[in-house]
Amino acid sequence: MKILLTGAKIIDPAQKIDADMDVLLENGKIVKIGSDLLKSVKSKDSEKVKIIELAGMVLTPGLIDMHTHLREPGFEYKETVASGAAAAVAGGFTSIACMPNTSPINDNRSITEFIRRKAAEADLANVYPIGAISKNSEGSQLTEFWDLKDAGVVALSDDGKPVMDAALMRRAMEYAFSLELPIISHCEDINLSGGGLMNEGYYSTILGLGGIPSIAEEAMVARDILIAEFTKTCVHIAHVSTEGSVRLVREAKKRGLRVTAETAPHYFTLTDEYLQGYDTNLKVNPPLRSTQDVAAIKEGLADGTLDVIACDHAPHGRTDKELEFEYADNGISGLETSLALSLNLIKEEVLSWPELIAKMSPNPARILNLSKGTLQVGADADITVIDPQLKWTVDVKTFRSRGKNSPFHGRKMQGKAILTIVGGEIKYVLPSLKV
Amino acid sequence: MTENRNIKIVMDSDGIDRCLTRIAYEILEKNKGKENLVLVGIRTGGVYLAERLQKKISGIEAGKIPLGILDITLYRDDISTSNKKPRLGKTKITFSLDNKKVVLVDDVLFTGRTIRAAMDALIDFGRPKMIQLAVLIDRGHRELPIRADFVGKNLPSSLWEAVSVNLVEKNGIDEVVIEEGT
Amino acid sequence: MKLEKKDILGMKDLTVEEINLILETAESFLEISTREIKKVPTLRGKTIINLFYEASTRTRTSFEIAGKRLSADTVNISASTSSVIKGETLIDTARNLEAMNPDVIVIRHSAAGAPHLLASLVKQSIINAGDGAHEHPTQALLDMMTIKEKKGKISGLKVAIVGDITHSRVARSNIYGLSKMGAQVFLAGPATMLPRNIEQMGVKVYNKLEDAIVGADVVMMLRIQLERQKQNIFPSLREYSQHYCLNRSNIKRAKKDVIVMHPGPINRGVEISPDIADDPSYSVILDQVNKGVAVRMALLYLLTGGNE
Ligand SMILES: [Zn+2]
Repeated sequence: MKILLTGAKIIDPAQKIDADMDVLLENGKIVKIGSDLLKSVKSKDSEKVKIIELAGMVLTPGLIDMHTHLREPGFEYKETVASGAAAAVAGGFTSIACMPNTSPINDNRSITEFIRRKAAEADLANVYPIGAISKNSEGSQLTEFWDLKDAGVVALSDDGKPVMDAALMRRAMEYAFSLELPIISHCEDINLSGGGLMNEGYYSTILGLGGIPSIAEEAMVARDILIAEFTKTCVHIAHVSTEGSVRLVREAKKRGLRVTAETAPHYFTLTDEYLQGYDTNLKVNPPLRSTQDVAAIKEGLADGTLDVIACDHAPHGRTDKELEFEYADNGISGLETSLALSLNLIKEEVLSWPELIAKMSPNPARILNLSKGTLQVGADADITVIDPQLKWTVDVKTFRSRGKNSPFHGRKMQGKAILTIVGGEIKYVLPSLKV
Repeated sequence: MTENRNIKIVMDSDGIDRCLTRIAYEILEKNKGKENLVLVGIRTGGVYLAERLQKKISGIEAGKIPLGILDITLYRDDISTSNKKPRLGKTKITFSLDNKKVVLVDDVLFTGRTIRAAMDALIDFGRPKMIQLAVLIDRGHRELPIRADFVGKNLPSSLWEAVSVNLVEKNGIDEVVIEEGT
Repeated sequence: MKLEKKDILGMKDLTVEEINLILETAESFLEISTREIKKVPTLRGKTIINLFYEASTRTRTSFEIAGKRLSADTVNISASTSSVIKGETLIDTARNLEAMNPDVIVIRHSAAGAPHLLASLVKQSIINAGDGAHEHPTQALLDMMTIKEKKGKISGLKVAIVGDITHSRVARSNIYGLSKMGAQVFLAGPATMLPRNIEQMGVKVYNKLEDAIVGADVVMMLRIQLERQKQNIFPSLREYSQHYCLNRSNIKRAKKDVIVMHPGPINRGVEISPDIADDPSYSVILDQVNKGVAVRMALLYLLTGGNE
């Protein structure tokens, strides 16, 4: 089966392409990219080629989300591998990497294999499991990195919890480095954040909610950078939310350290000021920060300090969120709103199209050592087509994800993935689009 | 708005004063003196009239009789169903009502509901020997079996007319006016 | 006159006009408590639910008396927070209560924002009787009523609030209320008890009690919670009381006619020395309790209405 995608503007940062071109897919691979493929295809074998006309659209290498929480096994009411993968392709993501904080924790081969099997059955997005750094993510004993890697994990993290023991983190970074597995660090000093529910500042003060100081994140970012420097290894900082963290990563990069970092759409879209109605859909960890932090995150994205935009997709059931703020779970169901929120960065002239796509496809691919994130001939035919003009309103009822916990419900958006192709097969198409 | 309204003055300052003088005499006559007599004015118009009656009575028989102020808002029968809450006034009855002859004073007697509320309130303050009612104007249209013992002037009115007693203490002028409702 | 609000969630949401209306109404209600028959028929047939997730005999009793003096039926529901987490959620409770069709629900909860959640779920009026470290509007209103009675005004007064501001809903509500009414608020406490950016609320902040109470018309002492010692916000009660206890000597820095307030219950000798707490020329602590019933009667009166 051949597919010809024609008439779209192609953005492929890996090949520095930013032009109107056609792409021909065959047997799950990209076989041709160039201008005016339509004529040659039409003249030769038009019957056997599915031609999709995409005038006005933007075509990019399939988007990759390197920070997703699928809740299977253990919390299937929040999300399954299949529902998460469906949400991913609806949001324009062809690949997702899922964090290990399921129940049981993905700290051994059998859980990793279970997740991969579920993903294969769903047959939607590529799902790459991330293994736990420590057994049961308890922070005391390393998991079997080698075995996990053989089973298919692409990175290691105790995400949801920090690795509080610096010695354990040092050993993890050294051991993982020798296996070429990235360590993704959830940076939070839980003694500093303990009892906190939102960013510590004026709004936590007037709302009477316990504060999580920015230094709870920054102290750990600094620590992990120091460990990476000392051990000559690398580390990836998850969900950067503060001005101080951006500064620490920027300085580390300037000194040539192998530190990479991501942020999530809510950290450049929302501030702690929004929490005044005690909406639990705004409860996330790390918490929404100040206006000043949001500005710093955007600067970090613009100057390349922050390599990746990741969703930190954290789906929850109603019973986890329809509670007093204090008792509600942390997280935002983000896969289906991430792209539109990120496109705002182009409108605000924080990023160009190629810069944004780099942070959502080739950069995460590089960090996770995936041979993805490009439209080069011979690459996997993972493709996202975006209608940058499409105006829509977020309605959680239409989410593919089981997690309806979105603070963006009702928000007017512009720009949406209308077609998601994984391995040469159409996995999502906007219902109103005829293909 | 006001220029189109039909306002008629039905009693002037002298008229009001004459009525009050007569009522003061009638109160003393009916009660055979001022022994055990107390006045309770209903907020707000009744309070000023009660004060004037107190003065007039002491002019006839030496010595002041006790005067109380009653706000009947909390006893109104429409209070729990109405969304507009009247601004609450203070009630001030600093003496015992037990075995007293209480003369309730109000400006206009209309449906009788205010007086019903006032009597309920008074009974919460003690057990008066009797309760009498003095009003400046009785405009009719009673909805409860209540009548006044002392009336300044009977003023037959229609339901769409408004009767108001203006007093120097609150309106700067003494007069009773009747106007067509809008 | 009517309060144009369904709920009383905090002093932050009240306007000066609304505060004045509540205080004036409460002043009229004070008299009822002095009568032999301390009851008026105003709210006959109305039902008030006191939903208390946190033990508080004082506040609950005050609301109960307020309701009963207005002839409302009052129902007390005590729920321990721990059983709530495991079992029935606030949302379940709210739906159940709503089905019983009360007129007002009074809620006390250890979690900040719980009254807001409840108010968003049910059509009935909600009165916040204290939520976590957030707000305690009825306490602030009774404090303001006491100040107004003793000082004849609120505007232009200097009010010092001393103690653990971070964990105090009484402090937050009073800061909002008093500032709106034109008073100047001064805070004092060790830095560990002063929440971040509190000065943005328009208050002056000091670390020493002696500095904050200079020239004060009112000194409000907050209760220190012993269990906070575990969070290391103070090393010991002994050290705290040596520096933050209002006593005969440091009170001289305040105005001569200063009044001393406390939301209760007092730790005698920790926040206030016993001779100050019991000296009627300073202490208005019992007046505060008395005003509490009147303020709560006023709110119940102003919030309940018909179905027009
Ligand atoms: Zn995390």
